[in-house]
Amino acid sequence: MIELVSDSRCTGCGICVKVCPTNVFDGAVGEVPVIARQGDCQTCFMCEAYCPADALYVSPLADETEHVDEDALAEAGLLGSWRSRLGWHKGQTRLAAIDTTPFLHRVEPVRLDG
Amino acid sequence: MTARNVRDADVLVLGGGPAGAWAAWSAASHGARVVLADKGYLGSSGATAPGGSNLLYLPPDAELRERAVAKRMAGGGELSEARWIHRVLDGVYESLALVERWGYPFVRDEHGEPLRNHLQGPEYMRLMRRVVRRAGVTVLDQSPALELLADRHGVGGAWGLDRLTGAEWEVRAPAVVLATGGCAFLSKGLGCNVLTGDGLLMAAEAGAELSGMEFSNSYGTSARYSTVTRNRLLSMATITAADGTVLYAGDGVLPRDAIARALLDGPVHAVLDRADTAEKRALLRTSHAVFFLPYDRRGIDPFTQPFPITMRFEGTVRGTGGIRLVGDGCETSVPGLYAAGDAASRERSHGGQSGGGAYNASWAICSGRWSGAAAARYAATAGSRARRLAPVGAAGLRSGSPDTIDTASVVAAVQRETLPLEVSHFRSVTRLRRALAAVDDLWPAVLQRPAPGVRGRVRSRETAAMVATARWMHTASLARTETRGMHRLAEHPAPDPAQRHRLVLTGLDRVSVRTEEVPA
Ligand SMILES: Cc1cc2nc3c(=O)[nH]c(=O)nc-3n(C[C@H](O)[C@H](O)[C@H](O)COP(=O)(O)OP(=O)(O)OC[C@H]3O[C@@H](n4cnc5c(N)ncnc54)[C@H](O)[C@@H]3O)c2cc1C
Repeated sequence: MIELVSDSRCTGCGICVKVCPTNVFDGAVGEVPVIARQGDCQTCFMCEAYCPADALYVSPLADETEHVDEDALAEAGLLGSWRSRLGWHKGQTRLAAIDTTPFLHRVEPVRLDG
Repeated sequence: MTARNVRDADVLVLGGGPAGAWAAWSAASHGARVVLADKGYLGSSGATAPGGSNLLYLPPDAELRERAVAKRMAGGGELSEARWIHRVLDGVYESLALVERWGYPFVRDEHGEPLRNHLQGPEYMRLMRRVVRRAGVTVLDQSPALELLADRHGVGGAWGLDRLTGAEWEVRAPAVVLATGGCAFLSKGLGCNVLTGDGLLMAAEAGAELSGMEFSNSYGTSARYSTVTRNRLLSMATITAADGTVLYAGDGVLPRDAIARALLDGPVHAVLDRADTAEKRALLRTSHAVFFLPYDRRGIDPFTQPFPITMRFEGTVRGTGGIRLVGDGCETSVPGLYAAGDAASRERSHGGQSGGGAYNASWAICSGRWSGAAAARYAATAGSRARRLAPVGAAGLRSGSPDTIDTASVVAAVQRETLPLEVSHFRSVTRLRRALAAVDDLWPAVLQRPAPGVRGRVRSRETAAMVATARWMHTASLARTETRGMHRLAEHPAPDPAQRHRLVLTGLDRVSVRTEEVPA
């Protein structure tokens, strides 16, 4: 579930409010959004992918909340890590351009769906 | 309350996953004025966006295609139609070339051939948003549709809420495409909590039929604490039961029955130890990248450290049931109403089985294109009629009852009768009868007044849709007294040649079932 909106990093662009599929955030453009409906978070990581300021952290725990410490997350390189994996930061190569899924069959025993 | 924001269009698309995006693009490319409304956001919402999809990408080689069609006919329990499978194989092949032209950076093989059999969800859906908007479509994000509008000519629009402002919106359009995805009962599979069967309920209220609702028993496997239900990389795992029994040794098809049975007895663990070289691990990490996200964040190395797994119910999402289609343009039996993607019955191409072949994402593309084009054509001929539109729904929307729907408790009750492995994986007549009775009893509860506020109103409607969908699923599952495709009944463990037909459902207060022969 979403656990962090960093006050110091957030630029108030409002993108997370707009892109969250389950409408977890409240807040007008220019404000730091609040996590208003954390229980509705579906842990899809999309807000993080779209956040241009690396200001959000979604814990991978689907059903329970978790205390997080912003400095520790930053230290561990986790803030903005999903956006980075997708290659969505400026100047990065997009994941899609280096996607190895078409080569999976070389190592897989069998092809499964999904 | 602010006044309802009313607009006109030729085609209204409800849902902005791949099916809705392709439908909107297709309708706009055929000259229609298109509005697309999504509950969340076109680009991030739905089952595809957070992860991605393996696709059917078969070169137009007659023999390859014939073999794929034969395999699908058998896998789908002989309920598909060869012509529709060919349409999907042709359609997706052609469409993926378009995706590349639009800017998707498919990787290439040693010979420079593009490899178009997988789409990374975030990249794909971000691109589709750009394509749809460039085609001139008006996109309404955070705008769940709540109800269809219709008159004696058929469907003519819909209305809903803007979740950010609380304002009501209404779009009047002679053609409406339902692309609202399937129903996964808020089980927190990746991207699936927006999928509550809303389109199925809206369609049924307008008089449309459902088909294949018994093919609705898939589960996605994830780490127990996580939502990431992309499964493919688990083929590289060793999976072990609580008592140490090895359930899967990385050597074949995942034994879902054995895993499900072991989960009833205790924790089951997986470890991706079949990826036993640095090269293999690197290859996996840049394939289904989202798979690794939960482990990396927990500080777990999934290649060496076993992690507990669970199975999350997906209902109709990786099933094949949905709104019955009557024509090549994904027409429903109601004039002006079309269905695409997971909201539609996918039986015509997949039959009774959606797994094992990347059919759903390919279907979303094709059915989206077909429905958008047909809706645009229909709007061009039917567009100028005078309409006397009225809303056609009730459940979760308005009521004479003094009592308010207790959405949390109704959702919990419907989940108890759908999510457990005992109900939907190990289907049996005895358990399903109890489940059906329980969800039938919930129907009056959703005929009460909607809960207040934007969230309350949307959740009330979603709750009604989930109760309705559970009733259809269980009714159909009990009506098919055999095992066929993905549907199974413990008491009837084999296919019955006399039941090689489809099951068509209608009705809300009273659900009725009829059979339909599979067209040759
Ligand atoms: C984890 C996972 C992995 C998968 N992997 C594969 C794969 O590898 N290959 C494959 O072929 N298939 C795969 N599938 C299936 C595939 O993702 C779906 O078939 C596909 O996303 C269907 O597209 P869709 O547009 O119909 O629905 P979705 O992508 O689910 O989109 C539906 C949209 O409708 C919106 N919506 C819902 N209700 C309303 C409403 N009331 N008003 C307005 N909008 C609404 C939602 O917000 C959402 O954006 C997978 C599914 C899952 C869950």
